[in-house]
Amino acid sequence: MGDHNVNYLEAKKGLKSWLVTVDHKRIGLMYLFSVLFFFLAGGVFALLFRAELLTAKGDMVSADTYNTFFTLHGVIMVFLVIIPSVPAALGNFVLPLQLGAKDVAFPKLNLLSLYIFWIGATMALGTIIVGTLDPTLIGRVDTGWTFYTPYSSNGGTAVIWMTLAAFILGFSSILTGMNFIVTIHRLRAPGLTWFRLPLFIWAIYATSIIQVMATPVLGITLLLLIMENVVGIGIFNPNLGGDPVLFQHFFWFYSHPAVYIMILPGMAVQSELIAVFSQKKLFGYKYVAFSSLAIAIISFIVWGHHMFVSGQSELLSMIFSFLTFLVAIPSGVKIFNWVATMYKGSISLKTPMLWALNFMFLFTIGGLTGLHLGTLSTDVHLHDTYFVVAHFHYVMMGGTLMTFVGGIFYWWPKMTGYTYNENLGRASAIIVFIGFNVTFLIQFVMGAQGMPRRYYQYIEQYEKFHVVSTIGAFILLVGFLIAAFALVQSLIQKNKAPDNPWKARSLEWTHTATPPVEHNFIGQPVVEYGPYDYDAPMVVETLESLEAKGQPYQFSEA
Amino acid sequence: MGTGIATTGKFPLSHHFTNVEQQVESNKFGMWLFLATEVLIFGGLFCAYIVYRYLHPEIFVDAHHFLDKKMGLINTIVLLTSSLTVALAIRAAQTNEQKWIKIHLVTTIICAGIFMCIKYMEYSHKFHVGLLPGEYFRAASEQFREPHNVQIFFGIYFLMTGLHGIHVVIGMVLLSVMLVKASKGKFGPHYYGPLELSGLYWHLVDLIWIFLFPLLYLIH
Ligand SMILES: [Cu+2]
Repeated sequence: MGDHNVNYLEAKKGLKSWLVTVDHKRIGLMYLFSVLFFFLAGGVFALLFRAELLTAKGDMVSADTYNTFFTLHGVIMVFLVIIPSVPAALGNFVLPLQLGAKDVAFPKLNLLSLYIFWIGATMALGTIIVGTLDPTLIGRVDTGWTFYTPYSSNGGTAVIWMTLAAFILGFSSILTGMNFIVTIHRLRAPGLTWFRLPLFIWAIYATSIIQVMATPVLGITLLLLIMENVVGIGIFNPNLGGDPVLFQHFFWFYSHPAVYIMILPGMAVQSELIAVFSQKKLFGYKYVAFSSLAIAIISFIVWGHHMFVSGQSELLSMIFSFLTFLVAIPSGVKIFNWVATMYKGSISLKTPMLWALNFMFLFTIGGLTGLHLGTLSTDVHLHDTYFVVAHFHYVMMGGTLMTFVGGIFYWWPKMTGYTYNENLGRASAIIVFIGFNVTFLIQFVMGAQGMPRRYYQYIEQYEKFHVVSTIGAFILLVGFLIAAFALVQSLIQKNKAPDNPWKARSLEWTHTATPPVEHNFIGQPVVEYGPYDYDAPMVVETLESLEAKGQPYQFSEA
Repeated sequence: MGTGIATTGKFPLSHHFTNVEQQVESNKFGMWLFLATEVLIFGGLFCAYIVYRYLHPEIFVDAHHFLDKKMGLINTIVLLTSSLTVALAIRAAQTNEQKWIKIHLVTTIICAGIFMCIKYMEYSHKFHVGLLPGEYFRAASEQFREPHNVQIFFGIYFLMTGLHGIHVVIGMVLLSVMLVKASKGKFGPHYYGPLELSGLYWHLVDLIWIFLFPLLYLIH
């Protein structure tokens, strides 16, 4: 063991010390850099097919290759980027620190989840090679990220690989979720009651519940799909008495809640950023906390809104449509509370705050357009058009990825010990905001006019829209490259960051060094105020420091 | 860390927990969550079962005659016995009867072995006569009113019992590890967490079979 009071990056040295570490901070960092790498890969695929879509004719790549591009973009962005982004990368680093714990409850399982993630990711990307080696070309993964049957039922080797990869990645997600739930229940610092938890923790808690409850169902669905491909068991094959729509039910029973596995963590970071950069008590703490749980619960009973045109009974569709509207309530509660928090706050427009504002605008647009799709009658018109594509990009990318990047900028000084160039960070946020809207706002228009998603060639009427959208995609690239540059530059320039640069009140800022020591805290922190009590005095006591003062901590709550 | 309760005798407290109670409670909680995910995994299969039984009730009635009720019943009894013995092993640890921990664990593992042997006999019979899922289905019989679709039943049968069988094997490995620990004298009244958690897992494996048996073997 190294010296426990040395910062975690220097406590042990060498590649091996990283590969066998059980330190949640190091695991979080490895997750972070893996996710960023896959973000780049997924982005490259997006740029490739956006380039293809510049012209109405299919001229750059073949139709098969185009299908592979959008499938890989979808699978990578969903399973390798957004789902692990905030929980596994930022959450691993931040959650135990915010709880005043030395680590997560099961550090070895945590490392295992990272390795499972790497194995799944390698298999997912390996399908490119498997698909290329297969001379018949049916080996390519061209099903889209949803793997719908019956098309995927005889998809060939690469589809089996990809399904297996998603199956394996699910276990990584389950392990992270289990770990977090137990950690939040059992490893809170003295005085850190449920209602003194940062809202980041509340939303991650809700996310973890969904991860644990929904992912096993995806697992068994994918297993059935693999069986269908390998031995043709016919469960999803109408020729053999099976039912392809059952796959959709199974798939969306996981994947709709998974949408909240993706967005809740974004909301988690958002609550932290809005409160800290407004330096004001978060408005309606309990409402924000419980709205996360409400979203988690409702998410399990709305999956049928993906099957309005799949031959589901009309009554069922009406019920699902109604239930879907309910999601808007807790989401609205959050938005209003964040806005109310900013009202009369002392807002500082630092880089993380700009990313948080991106979230606020883009997620609101994404959420409201979701109502168009949840409405039975309009969905029949908009289903499987670019309107849907625009909607979920506004929510997933405009929502979660904005706060993910915002969160990276927010916790970067804590993770690395260095500050970055504010102006570069701000510029990246603004350029991404512009690029994002140029890319996706126009897609609402084309979708409403009838442009179907996933088309390789299209009629010329839509060409002007696609040109704008593709230009926007490259603006996005510039924005993200500037953000990456700002972060890399900070590692080279090595400007030391203070322990609490944002004057935040949660434990990871008040009680740890920058970067934290190996076991996080020197002494056991105690908590006397809520995380957003900016009007209360700043307390940095530990059990030991209170003891030394002769006022030992009174363990009040059982 | 200078906080919390002092650790008792030989309890292996991990570095990130502040006291014994926290570690024991965390491990137990984690295990329950894991069991919940297991229930959900099988829950997906049970859903598939319900859907297909609803869509094709006649297939289920016709096909289940080809499962051996007697062997199913023996296996049920064997598994129930093993659930009892694993509980007794935990009890023996709590009362510090070192010999009985080992005896009960060995009995449990033997029961699991018997279960797998019987399963093997059932499977090999079905392979022999071609009662297999999907394209491998070869059994022709006038007893099937819908011979075309009857393989769906065997698809579900093999998936459910196969996944359950894998869990039995994992349980055998887990219990063997516990047996090794027990013979080193690691367990006693002060420390029996892993044994208890393995027992929980084993009860779940048992419980799933209790549902599988009537659903697959006893259809009316
Ligand atoms: Cu949905």
